[in-house]
Amino acid sequence: MDEAILAEEEAIHKDICSSLTDYEKNRGNLIPILQMIQQRHAYLSPDAIKTVAEHLNIPVCEVYGVATFYNQFRFNPPGRHPIRVCLGTACHVRAGDIILENFERKLGIREGETTADREFSVERVACVGCCALAPVAVVDEVVQGRMAPSKVEGLILRIRMKNERSGVRGSGSEVTSEKSDDNTNLEPLTSNPEPPFQKGAE
Amino acid sequence: MTETLHQVYDAIREKAEQRRKVFRETPGPKIHIGMATCGIASGAVETKKAFEESLAELGLAAQIHTVGCIGHCYAEPVVIIEHPDSGFPPIFYHQVTPGKARMLTKLFLEEGDPRFEHVYGAVELNEMIPSVMEFPRFNQEKRIIMQKCGRIDPEDIYDYIAEGGYSALVRAFQRSPEEVIAEIRDSGLRGRGGAGFPTGRKWEMARQSAGSDKTVVCNADEGDPGAYMDRTLLESNPHQVLEGMIICAYAVGAKKGMVYVRAEYPLAVKLVTQAIRQAKEVKLLGKGILGTDIDLEIEVFQGSGAFVCGEETALIQSIEGKRGMPKHRPPYPVESGLRGLPTVINNVKTLATIPPILEQGAEWFRSIGTEKSPGTAVFSVVGSVLNPGLVEIPMGVTLRTLIFEICGGIPNKKKFKAVQIGGPSGGCLPEEFLDTPIDFDSLTQAGAMMGSGGMVVMDADTCVVDVSRYFLDFTQKESCGKCTFCRIGTWHLLDILKRITKGEGVEDDLLQLERLSEDIKNGSLCGLGKTAPNPVLTSLRYFREEYDAHVKEKRCPGMTCRTLTAYYIDLDRCARGCDICGGCCPVTAVFSTKNRKKAIDQSLCVKCGECLVACPPDYKAVVKISPPGLAPVIERPENPPESHE
Ligand SMILES: Cc1cc2nc3c(=O)[nH]c(=O)nc-3n(C[C@H](O)[C@H](O)[C@H](O)COP(=O)(O)O)c2cc1C
Ligand code: FES
Repeated sequence: MDEAILAEEEAIHKDICSSLTDYEKNRGNLIPILQMIQQRHAYLSPDAIKTVAEHLNIPVCEVYGVATFYNQFRFNPPGRHPIRVCLGTACHVRAGDIILENFERKLGIREGETTADREFSVERVACVGCCALAPVAVVDEVVQGRMAPSKVEGLILRIRMKNERSGVRGSGSEVTSEKSDDNTNLEPLTSNPEPPFQKGAE
Repeated sequence: MTETLHQVYDAIREKAEQRRKVFRETPGPKIHIGMATCGIASGAVETKKAFEESLAELGLAAQIHTVGCIGHCYAEPVVIIEHPDSGFPPIFYHQVTPGKARMLTKLFLEEGDPRFEHVYGAVELNEMIPSVMEFPRFNQEKRIIMQKCGRIDPEDIYDYIAEGGYSALVRAFQRSPEEVIAEIRDSGLRGRGGAGFPTGRKWEMARQSAGSDKTVVCNADEGDPGAYMDRTLLESNPHQVLEGMIICAYAVGAKKGMVYVRAEYPLAVKLVTQAIRQAKEVKLLGKGILGTDIDLEIEVFQGSGAFVCGEETALIQSIEGKRGMPKHRPPYPVESGLRGLPTVINNVKTLATIPPILEQGAEWFRSIGTEKSPGTAVFSVVGSVLNPGLVEIPMGVTLRTLIFEICGGIPNKKKFKAVQIGGPSGGCLPEEFLDTPIDFDSLTQAGAMMGSGGMVVMDADTCVVDVSRYFLDFTQKESCGKCTFCRIGTWHLLDILKRITKGEGVEDDLLQLERLSEDIKNGSLCGLGKTAPNPVLTSLRYFREEYDAHVKEKRCPGMTCRTLTAYYIDLDRCARGCDICGGCCPVTAVFSTKNRKKAIDQSLCVKCGECLVACPPDYKAVVKISPPGLAPVIERPENPPESHE
């Protein structure tokens, strides 16, 4: 296992070194470089930060200082199934924090963390742009509108069951439930039977 | 010069019109699908696929035209179907799920039945179907900035040009830069980025700055966590913004342009980048624009998500690869900005307003809106309204008209409580202010702010204290840390608010909130700190009794603060056999009492409200109450009569 991770890190290091050659050694390129690395590898490892510092010939703490200043950058690998819970204004007013809490509780991790098996990670985001469907969570890039605490378990379970069926490494967590008759399709829940909006005021 | 200018432009225009003609004259139906982020989030991609598949299955020919967002977020995915052969006018359908798409293909496109029960309205006035133009949402809006949004394909420059796009640029080039600036100054346009600085003055100052190495920056950082009109604009009509930028660059004499857009807006980044490429291909950008000797290169810079980077000096720092910390002004960016050179920074909406002004003149623009704030304002109205979404209204319309007429009022017969305007820098206004006209000065006077243009409508079930805490939580996290009062003062403000919402507030707290807020305002360098206390100050001013209820009675009138509320099950109403509440409780706090009725274990309850929603309306047995002490205590029996865990 350790070897596999080491090999993976080595590969990342090589990739970063080779992509850095496209960028001039210019301080103004720092943020675009960090963005490029995050886009290719989903996070900034300590090694990546060191490599960038060496390339631009600036102290590591400078790179770290800039990277931590901005919300975009993350420093641990995200899960295979990233869960992003919207805590924009509209979602907050409709209790988005309760949704976030439910994900945290069900997965046993805190916001910004990844489960030990790297299967799930939970993050908060500001406004996904569909406030009309608040509260909203984005699971595996699929927007789940009109979330409710009771939908949380089902969503996680579907992914776990899908994994089990396709033989992907087990869930590793002890969450169990009797409600296993859930539909295993991850379709957006946006078309649920909420009464359609009315024209004009009631 | 003007001759070649016209020739070059007319050639492009002709091509655009030719393409438009082919599109229009191709027989068969046309399906317009809104595909901006909001549409995609609501499933527009699946809807489009469903149309394509069902068209193929039925062997029908129809043109699918992907457009941007028309701002009616409550109705997404929005589809407009033109089916001339059916004899009906173009029809607006809302919430078109893949299933509905298949049904419409079969029944409307093939058989000619528009399915009246799914029709929202006809797009134009006609005799057969009520038109959407009769709804306040449509006929009270005045669209200048978003006029073409949702009507054109943002991925196709010719679609914009066919609608008259880039003709304002030609007009601008025919005049001297000074004349262009004079026109903008006379129009009275004020920056839509929040502060409302006169755009003409800003350009004039930039023009007068020495040197030719100037830069125009389009500020699309949009940090407000609940507002998204800048993104929508870039996703629905990027060319109008680019046209505004080119005119600005010409007027101030800049050779470089930059669009600063959040990396969190991947679709906007993609569409703007593509729009720049297309504009270059037809010589609307790059070297020798439209055959003149005017050059302009525009690049995209992806902001990494920091609210404070919307502030112009911080934005410049971040482009230079540093932490986005604001600097002291003066010198203003128009004198010394990016890399020490003169830089004009304008908001997306400001730039998008430029082409219409040049097209129709300052006089026309002044005739819209109020005297001190001419033109229109774009708001993203969310929260407790029937029809949330983006709304563009002339300045001077009252909040009441906007909320109750245009956006349809508060759903579920709830009572209006407050409206929060301007996001984290704005304020919370109560009912008395509903007749306030919306413009820069009236809002500032009332204690709110135009700010980002985010508007949250709150009903009686929202807690004003909690919303203030929410915004403060945001500004506290986003404070760059340069000024002590902003860094630590907001932390203390937040701490006090957190205590109050947890029922641990003491009476002295309210005084502390006020004093600290004033200190933060005075002790901060940039707008973030100067406005961060606004949500607290306005809510304290207008909703003091709510704070008092939290502090003195430990009660949350909106029943939102979770520590101050409790849920219990009314045993008289509970139907003993039903197990719905127990089934939905995420923490198994619901248990059965001796006679098999249900009760809630307060020590486990996380107050998610799920049981309240789930309890069948016939029983309505779950009750929410504040303060929590009022909930009856029911002990969990030692030996559960029936275990359902
Ligand atoms: C904390 C803070 C955040 C801001 N965020 C934005 C923003 O997201 N978008 C924007 O256009 N202006 C923002 N501004 C205002 C800009 O500093 C600047 O005034 C504006 O971009 C100027 O453009 P305008 O003249 O077109 O309004 C912000 C200001 C502050 C103090
Ligand atoms: S606030 Fe959550 S989608 Fe806008």
